[in-house]
Amino acid sequence: MSISIHIPTPLRPYTDTQATVQVEGATVAEALNSLTSTFPKLSKHLRDDAGKLRSFVNVYLGDEDIRFLENESTEVKDGAELSIVPSIAGGLS
Amino acid sequence: MTPNPELPQLSNSEISRYSRHLILDEVGMEGQRKLKAAKVACIGTGGLGSPLLMYLAAAGVGKIGIVDFDVVDESNLQRQIIHGTDSIGVRKVISARDRILDINPNCEVEIYEEPLNSENALKILEPYDIVVDGTDNFPTRYLVNDACVLLGKPNVYASIFKFEGQATVFNYDGGPNYRDLYPEPPPPGLVPSCAEGGVLGILPGVMGCIQATETIKIILGKGDTLSGRLLLYDALNMRFRELKLRRLPDSPVISELIDYYQFCGVPGLDGHEEPAELTTHTEISVHETKLRLDEGWKPYVLDVRADHEAQIVSLDFSDRLHPHRQIMEIADELPRDKDILIHCKMGGRSRTACEVLAEAGFDPRHLYNMSGGIVAWASEVDRSLPTY
Repeated sequence: MSISIHIPTPLRPYTDTQATVQVEGATVAEALNSLTSTFPKLSKHLRDDAGKLRSFVNVYLGDEDIRFLENESTEVKDGAELSIVPSIAGGLS
Repeated sequence: MTPNPELPQLSNSEISRYSRHLILDEVGMEGQRKLKAAKVACIGTGGLGSPLLMYLAAAGVGKIGIVDFDVVDESNLQRQIIHGTDSIGVRKVISARDRILDINPNCEVEIYEEPLNSENALKILEPYDIVVDGTDNFPTRYLVNDACVLLGKPNVYASIFKFEGQATVFNYDGGPNYRDLYPEPPPPGLVPSCAEGGVLGILPGVMGCIQATETIKIILGKGDTLSGRLLLYDALNMRFRELKLRRLPDSPVISELIDYYQFCGVPGLDGHEEPAELTTHTEISVHETKLRLDEGWKPYVLDVRADHEAQIVSLDFSDRLHPHRQIMEIADELPRDKDILIHCKMGGRSRTACEVLAEAGFDPRHLYNMSGGIVAWASEVDRSLPTY
């Protein structure tokens, strides 16, 4: 299954500035793991120490929040688009 | 439809001023009188607040409250178009109020020159119908959200980073709020800020105009708002996308305002909390740095900013430039037997670098963070240097 993952601007420094990355996987978890194995530095921005997706990072399959699907077990079809959407505040950190 | 008799009347001069609205079916006399009756609070008069406030004033919103405690700085003018060169050094609420009244003297402006906090938020926001979040930090965003939930007011939201913006309407008609989107804030340091990452000046202009549009639609009761939808804008590729936004079944219940600085793990703006005992490094002011350097102190000077920042301004006694996030890449090349003075723009990234190096086994007694960074150096020690 070839999946495209949209990388938001704040995380592009960890994907060699790529805005979209093609990965393989049958579920959201597999697709994200494929992404972080290609770009290991991205990992700590997506997952906490226990490996759980961080609560300020949302993942969408198409326009649907995976928290309202089967979370990371959600199956993805060939050609599916995933978006990573982190919380951004603006000027100060 | 018979106009609501409780709505304020328009004067002849107002009728003339708003004629392009009055001939729109969706606004008309009734809508324009709703705008005149409306009270909108805007938190922040920065990049988002600038166009937002100007359009709300021009559109004829009757009462506008503005909350900000900052003063206009030259580096604001690249995007904060409500302020001008003559306003540098002026309090933002004053500069913004003057511009609003110049655009539309019919507008009543209330200014709050204080940081919004858990003690004053409910009192400040209570008199308003709609709250617009034009802030720049996580603690205030969660505070604005929670206060709006407690007061039952819509929160028109936008945030920006580099070339990318997000916008939605929270807490409107039983719709989702900020905590349904992001239950918790990121820990400090994990998400880059605009001060570090930069922002295209016109980006907050676009996002602030989207907020103004949503605010006016809510007042008019017309059209579909962004409630339940998160709008993403990518200026670089000129793409808008929309994602679904719903109430989380297990969303935290908001029953009171909390300490949002503690919630977000960042030091408060009031600065009244005790500084923690540092075990990783020493914080050194720019004055003390200068004094010690003049006395013959020869630390290894490490600039942890990005290349493009060093091109703007650098210290001429810097030994090495390497971005803080990749500091461990050069750890083996740094001296372990002498002092290392680390600096960045404002002192935040260099503090992180000190902590990372201390954790990697560098002797904390050798690690110095130059508080306030090169900006403090340029404004307090060497005024010939530019700040950015």
